[in-house]
Amino acid sequence: MGAKDLLSHSFRIAWKDLTELYRNRLGLVLLVLMPLFMMVMVGFIYPSGNSAPTNLPVALANEDTGYTGYGNSIFLGQNFTMALLHINNMTSTFALSNATNADDIKSQVQKGDIEGGIIIPSNFTASIVAGQQGTLIIVTDQSNPQVSATIQAALSIVFDQLGTAFALQKLNQTNMAVVKPFNVQTVGVVSGTPSYFDFIAPGIMAMTVMMSVMTGLPVAISQEKEVGTLDGMMVAPINRLSIILGKTLGQTARGLLQGVVILILAAVLFHVAIQGSILLVFALLLLGVFSFVGLGIVITSFAKDQETAQMMMMTLMFPMMFLSGVFFPIQQMPWYMQDISKVLPLTYASQALRKVMVLGAGIPDITTELTVMIVFGAIMTAIAVPVFRRMMTR
Amino acid sequence: MTKAFGNFVAVDSISFDVKKGEIFGLLGPNGAGKSTTLRVLSTLARPTKGTATIGGYDIVKNDNEVRKLIGIVSEKMIMYNRLTAKENLIFFGNLFNIPKSVLMKRIEDLLELVQLTKWKNAQVGTFSTGMRQRMNVIRALLNMPQVLFLDEPTLGLDPQSSVEIRDFIKKLNREDKTTILITTHMMVDADLLCDRIGIMDHAKIVALDTSTNLKKLISGKDTTIVKIEVGNLSPDIVEAIRACNCIDSVSQENSTHLRIIAHSDEAFDTVIDAVREKGGKINSMENPQPTLEDVFLHITGHEVRDSADQKIPMAMGRRHFGAPQQGRVR
Repeated sequence: MGAKDLLSHSFRIAWKDLTELYRNRLGLVLLVLMPLFMMVMVGFIYPSGNSAPTNLPVALANEDTGYTGYGNSIFLGQNFTMALLHINNMTSTFALSNATNADDIKSQVQKGDIEGGIIIPSNFTASIVAGQQGTLIIVTDQSNPQVSATIQAALSIVFDQLGTAFALQKLNQTNMAVVKPFNVQTVGVVSGTPSYFDFIAPGIMAMTVMMSVMTGLPVAISQEKEVGTLDGMMVAPINRLSIILGKTLGQTARGLLQGVVILILAAVLFHVAIQGSILLVFALLLLGVFSFVGLGIVITSFAKDQETAQMMMMTLMFPMMFLSGVFFPIQQMPWYMQDISKVLPLTYASQALRKVMVLGAGIPDITTELTVMIVFGAIMTAIAVPVFRRMMTR
Repeated sequence: MTKAFGNFVAVDSISFDVKKGEIFGLLGPNGAGKSTTLRVLSTLARPTKGTATIGGYDIVKNDNEVRKLIGIVSEKMIMYNRLTAKENLIFFGNLFNIPKSVLMKRIEDLLELVQLTKWKNAQVGTFSTGMRQRMNVIRALLNMPQVLFLDEPTLGLDPQSSVEIRDFIKKLNREDKTTILITTHMMVDADLLCDRIGIMDHAKIVALDTSTNLKKLISGKDTTIVKIEVGNLSPDIVEAIRACNCIDSVSQENSTHLRIIAHSDEAFDTVIDAVREKGGKINSMENPQPTLEDVFLHITGHEVRDSADQKIPMAMGRRHFGAPQQGRVR
């Protein structure tokens, strides 16, 4: 009963599990669909740099009465409107419509026809001509703070560009040099514009692999226990460890397969580029498996049946998913939540993956994460093995 | 040997020998401790106290040696539905480190033996219950066990399949000299198959002998068995019979038939009087040979079915009540 037997039996069990998985066509499809849904869902729900909102229904009410003097009339409100339309044609941020006045906008917002409105007051031209600031009023829908924030942000960009355009126009007219006081340029650590997909792809990969060992393992073993097939393995003269090792191998292969699916989807559909070494990415995923497998085995040992196993998993999984910075940056959370997040292994797994995939980090840059994952994995495995042995020989 | 789950004692200090080459039956109602005994003997559970040896190996200290000698046919089907018959057998065979060429030959032989060769490449999930049970049996034979454990092998099978399985077990025992330990709550199985029978009830073995000797326990004495058919059977009549002094037990077999065990030479007269007094109309009466069921009833004081609704699942260690069994009047 040497190590060779242990490994060969483990491989047989893993191979058996994978054959079963392969025959389960619906399961296979879901294996690909689940990460796809997850990516699409979180990737599109949250706004990011290149996925600026488009076609927000916004109404424009031009109440500008203009200014008449020196024999001609000027309507700067019209100029503004044209400039806005011109810029919007390029960005398609808004779906603009006309409104008669402020009250009209208000009622349209209340009805839900539009998300917000822009009002050019009657004294707009007059103020500017008088050398004062022209005021524009933005009406926002307070019931939807996120959309109204987006409108404000988008409009401020438009105004900024309009301001420059006006200045340039004035420059032509008056030959006065107006220089924009400063110009901000954003530079990332790596080239290219980051998108939310770059942020979530590593997190989802880490999470999927974690899920496959943490849920897959207890469910797979407790299911065999329930069906009775576990007895078939238990009554064979094999090392008990090869059962758990084989099962883990099978689940790991499944998890890695999903990881690859995510990677391909991310690269092909969402143009996520991997900046670091792809080998390191896989090494990290494997290390992730190692750090979670102990926890999975402990749960397996305590769960009496499949249902309990699943419930135990869900209880642990959900907080982990949301607190580990997979979907939201940890920095956004209040401090006490950040503290909880710091004790979860998934936090480190997704952080390390993110550093490698997005920032092109190497091993020296992620030593903290690696240490935490190795230590956590070692502790859990040390707890798991005796617990599992006890469960098997009840 | 004793096996307890928490405070619940499933097997209470039982002790028995099984001779090499015999078919030994553990007979008793569900929850009597038969399956637990089998699980402990097949190294799937550890005894709480005591131990057992199989082929000279201790089931606790030399569990892997024991595992090489035994095969187990569980009440549950040990096979993977998504694998084909052949793949299942290869998988389990590999766990026993059987050399590939030997294993392949053996698999072909076993499939042939139970007439499943035609379906060897079909997924087991598509098999009928009878086919699955045959698969379940040959899976246990892959390592050519010297001792075969069978846990309720005919459970849920139609009479035809039951006969097939029984014949197969007999053949194994006769031709391969396999020692067989079988648990069942079916009297027929025990009667037709077993060389010796241990009757288990409430975690203990209450009687152990050959079927013939067990039956002599009741037929030899002044015990009389009366089978009576009453056309207009009513609870009143049953109660009247039960009230008689010499009556040990009354069980109702169907809407008209009663089976009565009495300890008197005048049992027939007593029963006839009691029935007629209540206006019962006797259609027929006979004096049948004792069955194992009568023996069980005689020894334990209750019927096999009575305690059938208290099955304690292995993993749970707590009580789980199944569907109530149809009660019988006694």
